[in-house]
Amino acid sequence: MDFKTFSFVILAVILAPFAGGLLAGIDRRLTAWFQGRSGPPILQPFYDVIKLLGKDRQVVNYWQIFCVHIYLISSVLCVALFAMQADLLMIFFVMTIGAVFMVVGAMAVPSPYSQLGAQRELIQMLTYEPLLIIVFVGIYLVTGSFKIDDILSYERPIFLMLPLLYLVLTFALTIKLRKSPFDISTSHHAHQEVVRGVLTEYSGPYLAILEIAHWYEIVLILAICGLFWSTSWIGLVLLLALTYMAEIVIDNVTPRMTWKWMLTYVWAVGISLSFFNMALLYANSF
Amino acid sequence: MGFFQELLHKSRMKSPWLIHFDCGSCNGCDIEVLACLTPVYDVERFGVLNIGNPKHADILVVSGTVNPRNAKVLKNIYDQMPEPKAVIAIGACGTSGGVFREAYNVLGGVDKVIPVDVYVPGCPSKPEAIIDGVVLALEKLKVRKPEKDTEPLVADLKKAREFYENREERQVTG
Repeated sequence: MDFKTFSFVILAVILAPFAGGLLAGIDRRLTAWFQGRSGPPILQPFYDVIKLLGKDRQVVNYWQIFCVHIYLISSVLCVALFAMQADLLMIFFVMTIGAVFMVVGAMAVPSPYSQLGAQRELIQMLTYEPLLIIVFVGIYLVTGSFKIDDILSYERPIFLMLPLLYLVLTFALTIKLRKSPFDISTSHHAHQEVVRGVLTEYSGPYLAILEIAHWYEIVLILAICGLFWSTSWIGLVLLLALTYMAEIVIDNVTPRMTWKWMLTYVWAVGISLSFFNMALLYANSF
Repeated sequence: MGFFQELLHKSRMKSPWLIHFDCGSCNGCDIEVLACLTPVYDVERFGVLNIGNPKHADILVVSGTVNPRNAKVLKNIYDQMPEPKAVIAIGACGTSGGVFREAYNVLGGVDKVIPVDVYVPGCPSKPEAIIDGVVLALEKLKVRKPEKDTEPLVADLKKAREFYENREERQVTG
C-alpha cells in the first residue's frame, strides 16, 4: 500500500462519522421543516452521541459489549476498504458480519422487546442483502470487475446503463437508513413501538458506539451509490443529493409497514426491476 | 480536559430525552405533554425527544397520583434509568396527590416513591409550564452528582450476572 492510499484511508475513517452525523442533522432539520416545525440544530446528532458517551454504563452481559465493538470495527473496516478501492464483494461480507453481530448482541439479553427487534432486523437483512448482491453483479456485467478501482476507471457513468438497478440500491439504502416504510426493527420514528426494537437493551456509551457505527454505514452505502456517477463531481453530488432528498420525502409520506409487506414488496419489485435492467443490458450488447 | 468537560455538559443540556410515565393520571396532563411535541410548541428544537425506553432516557416525566400498585412500576422505571437523570412531576396529582390525596388507595404525589427535582403545578399543566419544567431540570442533568463511581467493568458485569440469576426472587406476583 503506497502513501497516497494510506492517507486516503486515514482521511476517510476520520471524516466519515462527521459526514454521517451532519447528514443525520440535516435530515432531522429537513423533516421538521416538512412538518411545519423549526427542528433541532444541525449539530444535534453530535450532542446526542456525546451525551450518551458521558452517561453511566448499564451492562446486561459481556456479549453486548463485545458485539457492539465488532459492529463498530466492521463498519470502520468497510469504509477503509472502500477508500482502499478494494473488492465490492469483500466490503459486502464485512458489512454483513457487523450487522449480524448487532443482532447477536440484541439476542443475548432476555428482554422480549430486544428479541423481537432482533428478529425483525434479521428479516430486514434477508430483504436487502440479495438485492445488494444483484446490484453488484449488475455493476460487474457493465464494467467487468468487482474491484472499485476498475469501476472508477470506467469511462462512462454506469448509472446510464443501470438506472433500474440504482432504484433497487435505493431500497437497500432506505432499509439501511432505518427510514419509513422499512423502520420496523428499531422503530426509529415511532419511538415507542416494541420499545426500541434491537436498540432496547443497548444504553449509554454502547448506544453511542452503535450510532457512530451507523453513521459509517450510511456513508458507505452513499459511497456505493456514488459509484454510479463516478465520472464527474457535479454528477456525483447531484445524484447523491437527489437520492437523499427522495429518501427524506419517502420517509415523510409513507407509513410504517409490516415485515411481510416489506419482504414481498421489496423482493417482487426489486427482483423484477433487476431482471428488466439485465435484459436491457443484453439487448444493448447485441 | 476542561474543553471535553465543557462539551459534555453542553451536550447534556442540549439533548434531554424524555420518558413519560402515566401514573394513573386522568389523561389531561398526558395530552398536554404530547402537545409539547406538536408544531405549535415543537420541543424538538431544544433536542428533546420522547423516548419510550427508560434505558435511553434522561428525564422521567410523571403525571398522576401514585397508588400501591403502580408505585412498584414507577420505582422500577426510575431504577432502570442510567445517571445523570432527573424527575419532573406534572400536574396537581403528580406534585401532591391533588383532589385524590385523601383517597384510601392513594399514597400521594410522585415524591412519596422517588426523589423529584421539578414540580410543575396546574390542572392540567400548560405546555409552556411543562417546557419550563424541562428547562429547570436541565441544570440537574448538567453535572453528574455524586461523582461517577470508577468501578471496573468486570465488577459491573458480575453484578449484572447476579441480578439475572436472582430474577425469580425479585419477581412480583399477585
